[in-house]
Amino acid sequence: MSATAAVDARGLRKTYRFRDTDVAAVQGVDLFVESGQIFGFLGPNGAGKTTTLRMLTTLLPMDSGTATIAGIDLATRPAEVRRRIGYVAQGGSTWYELTAREELVLQARMYGCSRADAVRRAAAVIEAFELNDCADRRCKTYSGGQRRRADVALGVIHDPGLLFLDEPTAGLDPQSRAHMWIEIRRLRDNGMTVFLTTHYLDEADALCDRIAIIDDGRIVAEGSPAELKREFAGDVVSIGLNGASQAAARLFEHQPYVRRLEAPGDGGLHLYVDAAQNAVPLILRVLDRAGVLPESVELHRPSLDDVFLAKTGRSLRD
Amino acid sequence: MTMLRETWLIVERQLLLLRRSPAWMITGVLQPALYLVLFAPLLKTALHAGSTGQAYETFVPGLLVMLALYSTLFAGFTLIGEQRAGVLERHRVTPVSRQALLLGRCLREVISLLFQASVIVVFGLPFGLSVSIGDLLLVYLLLGLVALLMSMLSYAAALRLRSEDALGPVLNTVTQPLLLLSGVLLPITAASAPAWLLDISRVNPMTWTVDAVRALFAGDHADRSIWVAVVTTVVLTAVVQVWVGRLFVRSVR
Repeated sequence: MSATAAVDARGLRKTYRFRDTDVAAVQGVDLFVESGQIFGFLGPNGAGKTTTLRMLTTLLPMDSGTATIAGIDLATRPAEVRRRIGYVAQGGSTWYELTAREELVLQARMYGCSRADAVRRAAAVIEAFELNDCADRRCKTYSGGQRRRADVALGVIHDPGLLFLDEPTAGLDPQSRAHMWIEIRRLRDNGMTVFLTTHYLDEADALCDRIAIIDDGRIVAEGSPAELKREFAGDVVSIGLNGASQAAARLFEHQPYVRRLEAPGDGGLHLYVDAAQNAVPLILRVLDRAGVLPESVELHRPSLDDVFLAKTGRSLRD
Repeated sequence: MTMLRETWLIVERQLLLLRRSPAWMITGVLQPALYLVLFAPLLKTALHAGSTGQAYETFVPGLLVMLALYSTLFAGFTLIGEQRAGVLERHRVTPVSRQALLLGRCLREVISLLFQASVIVVFGLPFGLSVSIGDLLLVYLLLGLVALLMSMLSYAAALRLRSEDALGPVLNTVTQPLLLLSGVLLPITAASAPAWLLDISRVNPMTWTVDAVRALFAGDHADRSIWVAVVTTVVLTAVVQVWVGRLFVRSVR
């Protein structure tokens, strides 16, 4: 694979010390993020997402491990890494007494832009993130969605090749969330690599090209959402049969497309298959030949929660 | 030079904030102004001064140093606020030098103090206060250094304590004795103070600063407190700058 790495991290570790106890927040994390992708870093609260992100963005020194960010060694050249990345923290980043435009202009100048260039860039991102209505009002008057868009606008004002977003949609209403997804996709389509953390499964599924799942400081799964779902969960075809499920189960024992089957005893039959859309016609033909008329056929597409459940033994929503 | 440009950029932002919410600066100048109007008229008799102008030359320097100590004390509160709002973290991910992030913030305190000090001096003029421009510039240098020193210390306390609730009492506890022992309200002299009080006050660098500012307002250039104050504040500020700079780089998460 000739893809260039936006992030190449090996063996990241971080232990926090509280009073006399050590808390191992990140315990040997490897990450590889291809350029030009939206990479989702998924896990429950406290799994080590933010700690990892803060190490990758120079905010927190690593205890051990190596990382190359946008081609630059993180440990030895943090200032150069800062020049090439954008970072949007979880809790917001605007000062309530300033306007978004003021913050944007100052932020651009902090990256070395001239005043004129900074003003131009600010105007451009205000346009792009649809902040026209509020850009000249103080940030304390913003809605949650506006504030979040202003945060992201601040993170991309210097046009970084790689953008880190920590929980970009946490706490947003559904409409603002959908809006944010559109913005993030637009950034990716313009060539930016986006590394985001989330604890929303649907977000990782809908938005990300690849995801890594972290639990208890370790990566437990990594791949595209579709791959992960196929690999760890698979589709389920549930067939409602009026009794006779044991007999019907025998029909499918040797069908190559059935990975596993369950007959829970409620007269139904669950068939685990790779791709339900291809399996259903075959299943129906088998039943038809045996003269069995199913009462119902239901498809269950696995969610990333099923993946999480399969890898960690518990639900992400717990 | 990049460091200079970056520091100024932070100052610019801070001045924008100052203009946006000028309440702090106004109350900061209002308090000493009240001292001037409601308290200073008593001083001519109390200090056995020859004239009101002389009384002011004793009192205004103390007031200025008090202002430098107290108004900059609140710098730490701003830092905690910025930390909570995520502003500091956003700045830390930019390539701007860490020292500039710190120094720029402290310079806002210096600028705001010098503005307040100017108001006080102008206020004192009609009451017979007089000072030459050269001496006044030296006074500003001393006050600026004290303000820089105190705002750095305030930041250090803020970085350590991380909460406004703890910060206020701690800063007050440290500053009040520092202030009383420097003779800001009444000069601590061999004639006026018991020996132990005089001895303690002599090791307080603020005492030398107050004396120096008084000497400058009196036009007494030969007074050795002037160079003692300049040297000690320069050295202290440099040492504290290095120490707090390190603390800032390490502890601002």
